[in-house]
Amino acid sequence: MLRAPSPLPGFGLGLGVLLSALTVIVLVPLAALLGRGVVMGPAEMAGHLSSGRVQAALLLSFRAAFIASAFNLVFGLALAWVLTRYRFPGRRLIDAAVDLPFALPTAVAGIAMTALYAPNGVFGQLLAPLGIQIAYAEAGIWVALIFVGLPFVVRTVQPVIDEIDPEWEEASATLGASRLRTLRRVVLPTLAPSLMTGFAMALARSVGEYGSVIFIAGNIPKMTEIAPLLIVIRLEEFNYDAAAAIGLAMLGISFAMLLVINAMQIWNIRRIGHV
Amino acid sequence: MHDAALSPVRTESRPWRTGLIIGVMALTFVLLLAPLAVVFAEALRNGLSAAVTSLSERDALSAIRLTLLVAAVAVPLNAVIGLAAAWAIAKFDFRGKAVLITLIDLPFSVSPVVAGLALVLLYGSHGLLGNWLVAQDVKVVFALPGLLLATLFITFPFVARELIPVMTEQGRAEEEAALTLGASGWHMFRTVTLPNVRWALLYGVLLCNARAMGEFGAVAVISGKIRGQTTTMPIMIEMLYNEYLSVAAFAMAALLAALALLTLALKSALEWRHADFLSATRRH
Repeated sequence: MLRAPSPLPGFGLGLGVLLSALTVIVLVPLAALLGRGVVMGPAEMAGHLSSGRVQAALLLSFRAAFIASAFNLVFGLALAWVLTRYRFPGRRLIDAAVDLPFALPTAVAGIAMTALYAPNGVFGQLLAPLGIQIAYAEAGIWVALIFVGLPFVVRTVQPVIDEIDPEWEEASATLGASRLRTLRRVVLPTLAPSLMTGFAMALARSVGEYGSVIFIAGNIPKMTEIAPLLIVIRLEEFNYDAAAAIGLAMLGISFAMLLVINAMQIWNIRRIGHV
Repeated sequence: MHDAALSPVRTESRPWRTGLIIGVMALTFVLLLAPLAVVFAEALRNGLSAAVTSLSERDALSAIRLTLLVAAVAVPLNAVIGLAAAWAIAKFDFRGKAVLITLIDLPFSVSPVVAGLALVLLYGSHGLLGNWLVAQDVKVVFALPGLLLATLFITFPFVARELIPVMTEQGRAEEEAALTLGASGWHMFRTVTLPNVRWALLYGVLLCNARAMGEFGAVAVISGKIRGQTTTMPIMIEMLYNEYLSVAAFAMAALLAALALLTLALKSALEWRHADFLSATRRH
């Protein structure tokens, strides 16, 4: 579309502003973090990462993010499906509510969920007799991360559901497939790439989430202490190398995960043809 | 599609539909709307006047002022950067465009705490530029510049990624026509480009502002939490909450929640009224 050389002015100005802002605001700080890792060297870094507390925190952050994003994958799909396919009173309210986690500051969400799920809170009181503890336990972290990640799945899948060609489902039904079979064999494969993208975005966001988690988690070392919190603790102790090591480990694992998900995407698209 | 959606072969049987709707509504209330409601309920636990009193304390007012100041600087800067980025990326062809778009989105996949950490390692007293900054008598970490840099880092992609798809869709024919008719570059930009993207720009600015005012992780690392000086509203919420001043914490939270509701209302209005001016891929 834009193949011909453009007669429009301002390319240099636009690109110049973008590149200098990107460099100063994003790239140089990240380079400083990487540089700290290089200066530290792999041996010292491994030393910082080998402590049980650090490993437990990293494992918890990724495990909780994975569990929450898996829940959001299913719930987000159901939500997106209901919002695009069904008409019911309150649909617009639910649709608008999906964006709430984008707009509500994480610290606000954090203290609100703690108030709800604490043993004397509205939900906590109901769950305590059943022996279910959410606040100050790992389940609290899941709840917070479900809140944070949900809109990513819904908003990625919603437009794709909207664009499914009606004829595919009609053809499948005409050929005698049950509704469930049509959903499984026709609709779900069409949605798979967008579901995976939404999952990846929710995962990336929840791995690094801090504000909504620290209030509800209880923050007990080796049990409910997430990796970003451990970075904050190390920084408060002026232990910059340890903080940088954990930060770099988080970055590294996140990017590796996104690479794997991207590779799965490409494999998936090749398998079922273009979507 | 409304009629097609109800065609019998394209939908589930009635009990399934009802069950799904009820399930989804219940979960939405529990997971999304209950936290919002409890913020206001807890803020008003001792009555409206207690909430207002706690908000008019000196430290609370200074936190509100600081948050407004940070947003007032960071959001317009971000809008300018986003416009420049979208102009270069959407209207021109060049090598490395895909890499550039990935780099713009990079802050989305970096934990806010790691972003704050990176800034401390660069500008902190033990950081790369630490000695030089001390010699120049410039404070970045534990001061306003640090808060601004952290906010700019976190909100970097917000405006650009709303504008890029819209500007790409619009192509450059209208701008070329304006130039042919003798408009200067700036004149063309003001009278053709800006009006064409105004709703998408507003949309990006809304989301950017919500995040700028609510950012916690990156700001928490770099602020040093000096009362009355570097405490923004979200940091103040944490401090009050940890001091068991629940009503004061929730009153401050309610103020931010009200801002979030306003953001959502404006955002929904934009989506319903001006859907054509936003990109088809705007939902994310």
